Amino acid sequence: MTPMALITQLLQIVSALAAAPLFIGWVNQCRAWLGNRSAPSVWLPYRSLRKLFHKEAVIAEGASPLFRVTPYVVFGAMTLAAAIIPSMGTRLPLTLAADAIALVGLLATARVFQSLAAIDIGTAFGTLGARREMMVGFLAEPALLMVIFVASLISATTALPAIAESLATRSFGLYPSLAFTAVAFTMVLLAENARIPIDNPATHLELTMIHEAQLLEYSARHLALMEWAAALKLFNYACIGFALFVPWGVSTRAGGPAALFASIPLLALKLMVAGAALAVIETVSAKLRVFRAPEFLGFAFVFAVLGLLVHLLLGA
Amino acid sequence: MIPLIHSPLSACLTLLAAWGLLGLAGLLRPRSLRLAGRTLFPLGALCGVALALVALLALFSPVEQRTLLLGLPDLPMHMRLDPLASVFLFLLGIVSAGISVFAAGYFRRGPGTPPGLLCLQYHLFLASMGLVLLADDAYTFMVAWEVMALSSYFLVTTQHALAEIRRAGFIYLLIAHLGATCVLLSFGVMQGGSWQFTFDAMRAAHLTAPWASAAFLLALAGFGAKAGLAPLHVWLPEAHPAAPSPVSALMSGVMLKTAVYGMLRVSFDLLGHPQWWWGLVPLALGLFTALFGAVFAAVQTDMKRLLAWSSIENLGIIFGALGLALVFRESGMLALASLALIALLYHSLNHACIKSLLFLGTGAVLHSTGERSLGRLGGLIHRMPWVAWLTLIGALALSGLPPLNGFISEWLLLQAFLFAHEVPRPFVNMLLPLGAALLALAAALAAYVMVKFFGVTFLGQPREAALARARDAGILERIGLVWLALACLALALLPTQIITALRPVLMELGGVAVSGTSPWWLLAPVPGRQVSYAPLVFLLVIVMTVLVTALAMRLFYHHRTRLARAWDCGFGALTARMQDTAEGFGQPIRHIFSSFFMMTRELPSPFDRSPHYRVVVHDRIWQTLYLPLTSVVQRATDSVAWLQRGRIAAYLLYSFVTLVVLLALML
Amino acid sequence: MAGVPIDLQLLNLCAALLLLLSFAMLAQRRIVNLVNLLALQGALLLCATLLLAWRTGQAHLYVSALLTLALKVLFLPWLLHRLIRRLQVYWDSEPLLNIPVTMLAGLAVVVFAFGLAQPISALGSTATRNSIGIALAVVLLSFITMITRRKAMSQVVGFLSMENGLFFGAMSATYGMPMVVEFGVALDVLVAVLVLGVFFFQIREQFDSLDLQHLEKLREEAAAAGGGGNTSGGDN
Repeated sequence: MTPMALITQLLQIVSALAAAPLFIGWVNQCRAWLGNRSAPSVWLPYRSLRKLFHKEAVIAEGASPLFRVTPYVVFGAMTLAAAIIPSMGTRLPLTLAADAIALVGLLATARVFQSLAAIDIGTAFGTLGARREMMVGFLAEPALLMVIFVASLISATTALPAIAESLATRSFGLYPSLAFTAVAFTMVLLAENARIPIDNPATHLELTMIHEAQLLEYSARHLALMEWAAALKLFNYACIGFALFVPWGVSTRAGGPAALFASIPLLALKLMVAGAALAVIETVSAKLRVFRAPEFLGFAFVFAVLGLLVHLLLGA
Repeated sequence: MIPLIHSPLSACLTLLAAWGLLGLAGLLRPRSLRLAGRTLFPLGALCGVALALVALLALFSPVEQRTLLLGLPDLPMHMRLDPLASVFLFLLGIVSAGISVFAAGYFRRGPGTPPGLLCLQYHLFLASMGLVLLADDAYTFMVAWEVMALSSYFLVTTQHALAEIRRAGFIYLLIAHLGATCVLLSFGVMQGGSWQFTFDAMRAAHLTAPWASAAFLLALAGFGAKAGLAPLHVWLPEAHPAAPSPVSALMSGVMLKTAVYGMLRVSFDLLGHPQWWWGLVPLALGLFTALFGAVFAAVQTDMKRLLAWSSIENLGIIFGALGLALVFRESGMLALASLALIALLYHSLNHACIKSLLFLGTGAVLHSTGERSLGRLGGLIHRMPWVAWLTLIGALALSGLPPLNGFISEWLLLQAFLFAHEVPRPFVNMLLPLGAALLALAAALAAYVMVKFFGVTFLGQPREAALARARDAGILERIGLVWLALACLALALLPTQIITALRPVLMELGGVAVSGTSPWWLLAPVPGRQVSYAPLVFLLVIVMTVLVTALAMRLFYHHRTRLARAWDCGFGALTARMQDTAEGFGQPIRHIFSSFFMMTRELPSPFDRSPHYRVVVHDRIWQTLYLPLTSVVQRATDSVAWLQRGRIAAYLLYSFVTLVVLLALML
Repeated sequence: MAGVPIDLQLLNLCAALLLLLSFAMLAQRRIVNLVNLLALQGALLLCATLLLAWRTGQAHLYVSALLTLALKVLFLPWLLHRLIRRLQVYWDSEPLLNIPVTMLAGLAVVVFAFGLAQPISALGSTATRNSIGIALAVVLLSFITMITRRKAMSQVVGFLSMENGLFFGAMSATYGMPMVVEFGVALDVLVAVLVLGVFFFQIREQFDSLDLQHLEKLREEAAAAGGGGNTSGGDN
C-alpha cells in the first residue's frame, strides 16, 4: 500500500461523505427549476442534517436494538461502498476486499437492514414500506448484477478498478452491449434511489411511498444518518454509472497526484450533468402505480440480459 | 486407541458404531427423558465432534480402503474413506453435533414416539448417513441409503396421531423409494456386465455412450429425488414441517447433502466416458428448481414450510453448480471446473450450517409459543433474544449478504459463470451466462424470503396475546444454536483456509488446485484475474465505520433519547393486527409470479358481517404431473383388479398356471 | 473491439439500438409512442444505410437511404399520426399477454434468433454479418408485437417494424437487395399501409372501434347467419 493509494482512498471517502448531500441539493434545485418553482438552496440538505443531529431522538417503545443499530449499519455500508467505487482514482486498497459483486451484496445488506428496521416497530406503514422496498430490491439487484456482469465480461474481471481502468484506457470503442446496460442501469438507479417513476422522494402520501415509509419512525440523529446514507446511495449509484459508462478522467495507476487532483473537477462536472439529467427524467415522467414497478424493473432486468446476449453475439 | 489414530477409517466406523450403541441404549428405558434426552443426545454430539475431527484428519491422509466381514455371506461390506467422503463426513459431524445438543434440550414429554425410541431412530439415522458416505460397494450403499430413508421416515412421523403427518410421511416414503429404485438401477447399469458391484469395478467398467448416459440420468433422477430437484421436490415441503425441528434440521442440513455426495460420486468418480451434454441437464434443472423454490418460499405462511422451500432453492443452486462443473470439465477447462466444484462444496457446507441453524431457531419458537404459522407470531426478539439474534445471523447468511458465508459460495459460482461463455460450443456458450441471471434472481429472492421470515417472526408487535408468555430457549438449546452460528461465522470469515483445505477433494475429482498464493485474509480464486474478496477486511471496515460514527455522535452531539409511543404518521388507532402478515408480505410475489401458482382465494364481499380473507397457494406440479400420474396408475390397477377374485380356488389356479409355465420353459 | 474500425463499431451500435427499440415497442402501450418509436427505428435504419454506403462505396445504398428517409422516417409516421388523430385511437387496450410474459417471450426469441444466426453469420463474408442475428430478432419481435396487440393500428406498426428488420437483415447479409426488389418492397409497403388506412376507416364505420376482437366475432356470426350478410356483425 503506497502513500498515494492511501491518500486516494481517504480522499475518496471524505469527498463522498461531504459531497453526497450537495448532490441531492443540486438535483432538488434542478427539479425545482424545471418545475418552474423557486429553487431551494443547494446547501439545504446540510442544514437539515445539522438540525436533525441537534434534536432529541424519540424512539418507539416497541423498538428492539436492531432498530437503533440499523442507521449506523446502513451508513457504514454506504461509506464502504463509496470507498470501493473508483470515482476519482483506481488505486484503492479497499477494492481488494470487495469487488463489483460484493458491492451489489453490500447494497443489498443495507437494504435488508433498512427493511428489517422498518418492520421492527410493527406499524402498518413500516411493514408496507419494507415489503415494497424488498419487492423493488429483488428485481433491481439481479438487474444491477447483470449490468455489472456485462462490464465484467468486457474487461474480463469483476474488480471495480480494473473495470474502470480497462474501459477508460482503451482506444475509443463503442460497445453496443453497454447501450442496453446503460438503459437498464438508469432504470435501476431510479428505482433503487426512490426516484420518480417508482417512488416520489418529495411526498409522504402513504399509498405511494416506499422509501419514506421505512423512515417514518426515525427521528433526530438516526434519521439524519438514514438521510445521509440515502444521499450517499444516490452518489454511489451515480459513481457506479460513471465507472461503467463514462470512466474517462479517473486517475489510474499510472497517473500521479496531478491526475488525482485533475479528476476532482471532472467528477464534479459529471455529477452536475448527471444530476441535471436525473432531474429531467424525473420531471418528464409520471409516477407509476406500485404494481407497474415490477414491470418497470422487469424491463431493466431484460435489458441487462439483452446487453449480455448482444455482447456475446457481437463480441463487443 | 492407537491404531484408531493411524487409521481414520477405523475411527470413523467406531464412531458410527458408537452412534448405533447410543441409539440402542435409549431402549433401556424408553420412557425416560433424562436418559435419552439429557445423557445420550449430548454423548451423540460428542461423537459428532469427534467424527468431524477424524474427517478433517482424513482429508489430508491417503485414501483408505477396507473390507469388513459383515453382512451377507460372499457379500462383504467394502468401506473407503477418501477426501470427498471426508468433506461430507466433516459436514455430518459438525452439523449433527450442534443439532444433537439442541435436541437434548428439545424433546419433551408429550404424545408421539417415546424418547428412547426416538433416540434409537435419531442415532440410526446419523449412523446410516455416515455409512452412505463410507460405502464402497453398491450393496452397502443401498442398505445404508434405505436405512437412512426408513429411519428418517419414522422420525418424520413422530406425531403419527395426526392424519396430515401420516400423509406427509407417506409421500416422503414414496418418493424416497422411487429415488432409491433409480439409484439402484443406475448402479445396475454402471457395473457394465461385470456383475461386480464394488465401486472399484464400476470405475473400471467400460460403458457405451448410451448406457453411460442412462446411468447418469438414472442417478440424477434418484439423487435428485432425495435432493428435492423439481419435479420430484413435492415431498420436501410436506416432510420437513411434519418432523420435529431437530429432525427437520438434520434432514435439510445433512440428508439432502448425501444426495449431493451421491451425485458427485457418480458423475465425477464412478462414471467414465462422459458426454458433453450431461452437465446441461442438472444445470438447467437446478437453476429452474432454485427459482421455483425461491418463489414458493416467498409465499409460504408456515415458517418450517418456508424453510423447506428455501432448501429446495439451495439444493437447486448446488445442482446448478454441479452441472456447470461438468460442462467445464467436458470442455477441458479444469481450473474453472474446480472453481465451480469449490462453489458447490462451499455452498453445501454453508447450507448445512445455515439451514440447521434456522430450523433449530424455528424449533425453539415452536416450543415456546406452540405456533408454526407466521401469521400468529411477531415481536419475539423481545421475548427470545438469544434465539432471535442467532437466527438473524442465519437469515442474513442465507440471504447471501456479505460478509456472511452464504455470499461466498454465490460469489464463487458467479465468478465461474463469468467464464461460461468461453465454453467452445456455439449456442451453449450463449445460453450459459443466462444461468447467472437466473442465479442472481433466485439469490435476490432469497433475501426477500429471509426478510419475511425474520421480520414477521421476530420483529414488530406480537400478533397474539399468548406470545407474551414466550420464553427464551434453554441452555442446551442455546449451545446448539451458538455452535451452528459459530460454524457459519467461521465459514464466512475464513474462506481461504477452507478452500485450501478442500484442495485434496479437487485433486481427487480430477480438477486442479485453485491458487493459494494470496495472503491468508484474501480470497482470490481465479488465477490471472485481479478478482478478490476479503470478508474480514470487509467486516472490519463496516464495524469501524459504525463505531466511529457512534463515537462521533457521542462526542459532538448530545445523546438524548426519549421513549414514546410509535408515531405512525400520527394515526393512533393502528393495532398489531394491522401489520403485514405473511400473506401480506408475500403479496407482491404472488402478483408478479402468478403464473407459477394455483391460487384459491376467498375474498370478502363488501356486505360481509365478518369478513374473511383466505388465500391458498398450490404447487402446479401436483395438478399437471402427479394427479394425472396417479389416475393413470389407478386405472392400470383397476384393469388388473379382476384377477383378484377373492376365491382360494382362483389363487391356487394362478399358482398352478405359473408352475406349469415355468416347467414348460425349462424344457 | 478496440481494433475494429470506427464505422463498423457505429454500425454495430445501430444494430443494437434497433433491437432496443424493438423491445421498447414490445413494451409500449401508447399507440402514439409506438409510431414515434417506429420513426426512430426508421431513422436508425437510415443511419445504418448511410454508414454502410460510405463504408462500401456502393451507390445504390445511397438511393435506398433516400428511400428510407422519405418513406420510413417521414411519410409513414406522418400518415400514421394523421390516422391516429382522425380515428382518435391514442391507446391500445391491455395487450393479450401481460407485459412481463411478453418480455420473457421476447428474450427467448432473441436467444433463438442469435443461436440461429451464428452458423449463418459464419458463412457470410460481409463485415456486418454479425448483425444478422439482430435483424432476425427484430423480425421475430415485431411478430410478437403483432400477436399480442388488439388494436389494428398497433398491428400495422408491428408489420412496418418487421419490414425494417428484413431490410436491415438484407443489408447486413449482402449489403442490400437489388434496387428493383427494394423499390418493389417499398411500393408494396406504401400501398399496404394506404389500403390498411382505408380499411381502418371502414372497420370503424362498422364497429365504432378498431379493436380486432370485433373482427373475430364476424366469423361466428357469419356462420350463425348461414354465411349471409357480413354487415350485420356490428350491431351489438
